[in-house]
Amino acid sequence: MPVPRTHSALQLLRQAIGGHRGWPQFWRSPEPKPAYDVVIIGGGGHGLATAYYLASKHGIRNVALLEKGWIGGGNTGRNTTIVRSNYFYPQSTDLYDHSLRLYEGLSHELNINLMLSQMGILTLANSRHDVEMLQRWSNAIQVQGIACEWLEPEQVQAEVPALDVFGMRYPVKGAFMQRRGGTARHDAVAWGYARGASQLGVDIIQNCEVSGFEISDNRVRAVHTNRGTIRTDKVGIAVAGHSTVLATLAGFKLPLSSMTLQAYVSEPVKPALDRVINSPMVHAYISQSDRGEMVMGAGADAYFSYGQRGNLPPLEDGVRSILEMFPRFSRLKMMRQWGGVVDISPDTSPIIGKTPVTGMYINCGWGTGGFKAIPAGGDLLAATIAHDKPHPLAEPFCLDRFRTGRLVDEGAAAGVSH
Amino acid sequence: MLQIDCPWCGRRDEDEFTCGGQSHIERPALGCSDEQWGDYLFARINPKGLSLERWRHTYGCRQWFNMARDTVSHRILAIYGMTDPVPVLPEARA
Ligand SMILES: Cc1cc2nc3c(=O)[nH]c(=O)nc-3n(C[C@H](O)[C@H](O)[C@H](O)COP(=O)(O)OP(=O)(O)OC[C@H]3O[C@@H](n4cnc5c(N)ncnc54)[C@H](O)[C@@H]3O)c2cc1C
Ligand SMILES: [Zn+2]
Repeated sequence: MPVPRTHSALQLLRQAIGGHRGWPQFWRSPEPKPAYDVVIIGGGGHGLATAYYLASKHGIRNVALLEKGWIGGGNTGRNTTIVRSNYFYPQSTDLYDHSLRLYEGLSHELNINLMLSQMGILTLANSRHDVEMLQRWSNAIQVQGIACEWLEPEQVQAEVPALDVFGMRYPVKGAFMQRRGGTARHDAVAWGYARGASQLGVDIIQNCEVSGFEISDNRVRAVHTNRGTIRTDKVGIAVAGHSTVLATLAGFKLPLSSMTLQAYVSEPVKPALDRVINSPMVHAYISQSDRGEMVMGAGADAYFSYGQRGNLPPLEDGVRSILEMFPRFSRLKMMRQWGGVVDISPDTSPIIGKTPVTGMYINCGWGTGGFKAIPAGGDLLAATIAHDKPHPLAEPFCLDRFRTGRLVDEGAAAGVSH
Repeated sequence: MLQIDCPWCGRRDEDEFTCGGQSHIERPALGCSDEQWGDYLFARINPKGLSLERWRHTYGCRQWFNMARDTVSHRILAIYGMTDPVPVLPEARA
């Protein structure tokens, strides 16, 4: 049987008849070549999207993507998959809405079902002061062109029957809702970009850990890995929680802190929740996956960690907050809990652009909320690498802002971490 | 769950404490460059492994102290006073 290159109804039928034994590998697994035009480090969504857009938009195809573990095994495969573009400042709005718009066309572009489900996201106000702050927030982004609505408590109850709107200790006083927000399938995002990049000629090399750089005259010349030295004069780094480790190897400083962020899911149940709910004050968020599991999270763990596992006290806090909002979920059994190493920046905004080393570019600092930004992060890093000049949307997010003081302080909008 | 030996109160659960970030950061002279000031405010070692941190017993005696801790295993290697020098850490050679 010829190797099918795409997924179609016909392919599905053929493969079903063949017992699903004929599906090809999603991407090639070549041995690393001695040299590439560009090396991307990190096989999470941001690295994969960068490699894909380098090849698809900029015609740069002699590219290697090096991943120390497996594709999507970092935060991209560990997150709670919420997408939205309701941050506060115009720079962020431009960035995150660019991303959401790319997501809206991405299943088609990558020919893979990303299960983008724009079910709507509600941010709850649980006090009079929350009402004032959230109305300001929602007005601000409407001025910036992001559609969102203010809901009174009765309307919140109509949108979310399972929510204990009036009974909870801090009853819901209102909410603002972005209907285009929702969830998408994280693995499919990683696999779709990986396949797309691979088909365009990018070498995706797993089990390949970068352990150092060759730098002379402040210019990167090669990367050292456990699978040999690879020569290149352009390196893009997208390693999330491990960004400082690689920056230290390259000899520059970053303003990041690596922390654990946890998520937890319940046993699958019938559809009971068809909105994403998030309360900055009660401090937790929840959505129901297409498989029926309740997917939950709250704030990051309280101290620095590269452990990639969660601690008990924040897990207890998160679950308590969910039950405050949804007492009826109290008898759900929890199935799994896990953690990822997130790279928190001082203003909870990302860093995208050049580094002090010539030929070295970075995409990091997404912290607890970079899944929604994968298409944009990849697009902007690819453009910055291709033109050796920050993409206009990425300019406000340059590393230099920590010297000039032009921070993009999204602490409040990043709030409950997702 | 970490159990932390507060120098004043003894062993308590981690949720009584607050981690106050990297320790031993020195404030540069006021005439320093923007770059030095930016580094002082924002650049962090963020180590994978041995980390020297300030902690406070927030829901206890409210005193600050220093801790040497491994950020992968979370193991506490030493607890020492706010103005003390970094103690010798035999376990942290790796
Ligand atoms: C529990 C949790 C919930 C989250 N929920 C949301 C959410 O709902 N919505 C949202 O928008 N965001 C969310 N996030 C954040 C989001 O997951 C991340 O910001 C995003 O996935 C980062 O993608 P990335 O590609 O930069 O990093 P990653 O996916 O972590 O990829 C980095 C890769 O680099 C590799 N690497 C590291 N060091 C090296 C090396 N030396 N050599 C080679 N490879 C290396 C790692 O193995 C890893 O695969 C959540 C995160 C967590 C942990
Ligand atoms: Zn004490």
